[in-house]
Amino acid sequence: MAAALSAYKNGVKDILILERDEYLGGILNQCIHPGFGIDYFKEILTGPEYARRFINKLEQVPRIEVSLRSFVVDLTKDKVLTFLKPGSFNRIKAKALIMATGCREKTREMVHIPGTRPAGIFSAGLAQKMINIEGLIPGKKVVIVGSGDIGLIMARRFVLEGAQVKAVIEIQKQSQGLLRNVVQCVQDYNIPFFCQHKISKIHGNSRVEKVSVVKVDKNFKTVANTEFEIECDSILISVGLIPENELIEMAGVKIDKNTNTPVYKGLNKTSIKGLFVCGNSYKVYDIVDSVSSDSEKAGQSAAEYLKRGKK
Amino acid sequence: MNKTLTCIECPKGCILLVKIQHEKVKEISGNICSKGKAYAVSEIEHPCRMLTSTVCGKGLNLRMIPVKTNAPIPKSDIFKAMKEIKKLKIRKSVCAGDIIVRNFLGLKGINLVVARSCSRI
Repeated sequence: MAAALSAYKNGVKDILILERDEYLGGILNQCIHPGFGIDYFKEILTGPEYARRFINKLEQVPRIEVSLRSFVVDLTKDKVLTFLKPGSFNRIKAKALIMATGCREKTREMVHIPGTRPAGIFSAGLAQKMINIEGLIPGKKVVIVGSGDIGLIMARRFVLEGAQVKAVIEIQKQSQGLLRNVVQCVQDYNIPFFCQHKISKIHGNSRVEKVSVVKVDKNFKTVANTEFEIECDSILISVGLIPENELIEMAGVKIDKNTNTPVYKGLNKTSIKGLFVCGNSYKVYDIVDSVSSDSEKAGQSAAEYLKRGKK
Repeated sequence: MNKTLTCIECPKGCILLVKIQHEKVKEISGNICSKGKAYAVSEIEHPCRMLTSTVCGKGLNLRMIPVKTNAPIPKSDIFKAMKEIKKLKIRKSVCAGDIIVRNFLGLKGINLVVARSCSRI
């Protein structure tokens, strides 16, 4: 939304936003905690409120068309987009394209946690969606693997909803999330926080029953005789995000396989001219305020690209 | 007595060194801005937190409606607040900013407000 508004401000008059969800705002809608907007709006907002600020701005610009429930399935190097919308199959050619496809969460498989494969293992963001959007509690006795911000925030959310958070287990020496979240989400509720520990095994047949936890040294090697067990019915995985860039990869954009982000010099730019990437799909950001400011530059870059083309 | 706090006012997370005498803050250092000072005083003398949660919607386009306290509430009231929030239901269209409970928990000036608009279906 920030990129579209900025492209409009910089002279682009025919803009289409394709959103796969039923509403604008993306992940912000499930981030009901406060702490957004301190830099950008100089106010403390919740995720939905932050998103609403941009939706309100968009609604004042009729030249920016929004198409919801529109799922892009194909992208070519000439910027031809194919997208599905309930009941229709659409193809559209863009002169300039800004991708703001965000991230997905890393999974249990990507951090190699041994054990059985019972029900009760969720990524932290999925649990967040279940609680804050669907109104479902994924478990009552929770262990959180990794200390990313979403995991820390969900630790507090589970406690507030009456569940017990048995532990946060982090393999590194310190929290991977912001310090403020360690204080207000973990320490405030006396949740045990184990750094330099990892889960050595998940137990349970149909449902998670317990986890084995073990200390690791600075090379992440297991320390002998340090194993202990924690009884739980659910495990949240909060071990980081991967930018979602399969569409631009399909179009032929050069991608760094380690970070899954486009390889090119300059903010928001890719190896295909006129194809820009912003927000968490460009790089993983800590703070949404910086996403908005950087995405405005993407809108500006797209506008400049189109102006150059006209000359 | 000296105490070390991590400021939670913004993502910077300044480490604050606080000198305390008779449960009152006497001196603060380590803060980059004035918010840090205010946070340290509040955290030592009457710790407060902003509370956000969700309220069940009935007949609305959202199943859960995010809500927040319009200002931080005493930390010791958080679970009492959650108990009250769980009793609530929203059945009519509301706009972000609408007050659902005025003087929430009997706290003067504290309102529980809607954080996301929703409408009847």
